[in-house]
Amino acid sequence: MTQAVPPILSVTPSRALVDEKFQVLVENLPPGCPVTLRSLHRSEDEDDWEAYGHYVSDHRGVVSVHSGHEGFRDRTPLASALAERWYMAPGVKRIDINKQGVQGTLFIPPGPGPFPALLDMWGGGAGLLEYRSALLASRGYVSFSLDYLRSEHLSADVEFKYFETAFNIIRNHPQVIPDRVGILGSSLGSMVAFNLTAYSTIIKPRCIVCISSNHYHPPGTTLKAGFKILSKHFHKAHFDENNYMSWRSFALDLIADPSNNVEVGRINCPMLLVNGCDDQNWPTVETAEEVARLLREGGKEHLLSRLAYPGAGHLIEPPFSPHFRATKFIILNSKEKVILLWGGHTKPHSDAQEDSWRKILSFLQLHLYHSPSVKANL
Amino acid sequence: PKQWAVLKRDEECMKLLSAMTQVVPPILSVTPCRALVDEKFKVLVENLPPGCPVTVRSLHHSEDKDDWEAYGHYVSDHSGVVSVSEDLSYGGTYTGKEPMGLLWSMRPVPGSRPGLRLRKMNVCTPMLVTISVHSGHEGFRDQAPLASVLTERWYMAPGIRRININEQGVQGTLFIPPGPGPFPGLLDMWGGGGGLLESRAALLASHGYVSLALDYLGFDQESENLEFKYFETAFNIIKDHPQVMPDRVGIFGLSLGSLVAVTLAAYSTIVKPCCIVCISCNHYYPARGSTVTSKFEGVTRWVLSLSARVNEDNQVIWKDVALEFITDPSNIAEVGRINCPTLLVNGCDDQNWPTVETAEDVARLMREAGKEHLLSRLAYPDTGHLIEPPFSPHFRATTFVMRSSKEKVILLWGGQTKPHSDAQEDSWRKILSFLQFHLYCGPNLKAKI
Repeated sequence: MTQAVPPILSVTPSRALVDEKFQVLVENLPPGCPVTLRSLHRSEDEDDWEAYGHYVSDHRGVVSVHSGHEGFRDRTPLASALAERWYMAPGVKRIDINKQGVQGTLFIPPGPGPFPALLDMWGGGAGLLEYRSALLASRGYVSFSLDYLRSEHLSADVEFKYFETAFNIIRNHPQVIPDRVGILGSSLGSMVAFNLTAYSTIIKPRCIVCISSNHYHPPGTTLKAGFKILSKHFHKAHFDENNYMSWRSFALDLIADPSNNVEVGRINCPMLLVNGCDDQNWPTVETAEEVARLLREGGKEHLLSRLAYPGAGHLIEPPFSPHFRATKFIILNSKEKVILLWGGHTKPHSDAQEDSWRKILSFLQLHLYHSPSVKANL
Repeated sequence: PKQWAVLKRDEECMKLLSAMTQVVPPILSVTPCRALVDEKFKVLVENLPPGCPVTVRSLHHSEDKDDWEAYGHYVSDHSGVVSVSEDLSYGGTYTGKEPMGLLWSMRPVPGSRPGLRLRKMNVCTPMLVTISVHSGHEGFRDQAPLASVLTERWYMAPGIRRININEQGVQGTLFIPPGPGPFPGLLDMWGGGGGLLESRAALLASHGYVSLALDYLGFDQESENLEFKYFETAFNIIKDHPQVMPDRVGIFGLSLGSLVAVTLAAYSTIVKPCCIVCISCNHYYPARGSTVTSKFEGVTRWVLSLSARVNEDNQVIWKDVALEFITDPSNIAEVGRINCPTLLVNGCDDQNWPTVETAEDVARLMREAGKEHLLSRLAYPDTGHLIEPPFSPHFRATTFVMRSSKEKVILLWGGQTKPHSDAQEDSWRKILSFLQFHLYCGPNLKAKI
């Protein structure tokens, strides 16, 4: 039959933001026909990624693409469609920042503004990742993807000032509402968020989001120096049956000593902590427990919201990003390559990404867009 | 009195909005932000004060450098939300619950040149529309918008290939869907006076058809026979394409293009379209020996020289004069000879061509030839001549340049904006369903099994 006429495959919408859903529909199949639907993406690194699902068409001949289930890749597809997934909505402006010693990329939503804003920081070992900021700008926030691991800072004070300066660059931007700037950090970036918010006398984030919470920061150390200290414990790392390296257990010992940690009890703004219960890289759930305890002691527990996802790992990203249980990682100082275990299992981790993103956006909208202060004024 | 109370509340609300937006703007979103031109979007405004009058406006800067706009007046609900898909517009360029009113009710901004028509000539780039929200209703333009976003409207889905055709003397643009194929094919033809419009062919390819937008008015063919061969050759170029299913090629024509469709279907001995779609059907095919091009020139010159009716706005109406032409049976194509499923779509308020009478005539002739079962008809009340894909703005009358003399007139196409726009939306859905049925599904397929 398929030599006569192909099935009709459609992806709606064919162009979407990466956190939006699409509907994949196939029509014009024979009824009750086993087929396989497959996605294929060639990455910027020139690797091919795929996913696929086996389906059976209904009595109207509706579902999916390749004929048959086993060995579907051996045959040419019956039909294929191309879908575009965008990080930037139309009209979002991308601006390279190199100002007052601070480097990074700024994304500005379309429209006159002014807008609330975010300082956005990823974790270690990744280089400058812009995609979350681009997406946040597409959702209405001026968002600054900060490059903070490239250079070596002379001292912890100088490094601290780097972060304060970065925050103020956003705060002073003509299209930013100065008292509505928050911080979003993941992994090492969440430590920076805790650190800034707990100790800065000059910047006051309106709220912070910490994904894969980390509050380990030996006092008076730069990030690089802190990492050197961490690496001295690598010999205690646990290696699983695949020889993947997990830092979780030795890190748990490290954070047991409170003198190594940021005094999060000093924080005075709303906080959202998002963690995966199967995080094998860092004891993020235990960190969140500790944060809760310290805030409770200070009578500030009302500031805290926590999300802990069963079966999710360390790399909690925007929705529909593939899950990586373990990936190659270059140890900064030694240039040694290991495979780091992040944890998580694909289905629960993906559910966590979808749910947490929605809740993060809703948290940000509540604290950065809605106006309890205006009602107070009236 | 009640009115005063409402006014006062509106004033307070706008003051509150002004105070608020100095602190934080409303949140405006268009979902999806990138879409095909025939897809719907949802425009949502949040974070307004409750019960607040605002205006949502669209703005498009055309390729011809004119500005087109539409707008609706809304009032936010108790949670501070305006949803264009769900809420009533109280006035503007459209009223009522109209999710897509910001597109189809667009018209040139005040102060623009008269007689403008919106057509996208470059289909490789999207149509960019800025959607913005403004405080208040009357005089909303006096202040800067509170928020604005940009949305892209595409004719081409990702992966569509666009190929210039200049082959065997035939010129046009071919659009091929992504994927291995093979696909059904369509020969797509616009009416007179447009130049080569690719927008519909690109959109049809986005729906899975290899489509050729044919350029057929640019040249003076030497004779009617040669011109007929031009169309047959064009059809065969599609039919013979390696990614086209040769027995699943249809013809899609609007206005003069529909004349080509019916004559090919009726008279060609070598091309056999699987089905034809005729929008604003024209079957005027007088004495042999004149080409479509010259017929067209002839009709237009004749109509103007016979002082076609000109209304009080100086808009030229061809319909009545044309009606006289087509009452002579020797002037019309023998549509009873058509042997394939035929869909006729026309507007009952067509002022350019007597398409209603034409459709009646086609039905009569096909009935007499025992072919009535092949015919489907859609006739839309208060709809004009230029029935285009959904959400395209409606033009009741536009400037038309005579090809030979370069004389400019304003032609009346007819239709009222709201019913015409409804007709575009409804007819497109039905056209796609007709094409899918005959070119993708098709009874002959079941016969093979």
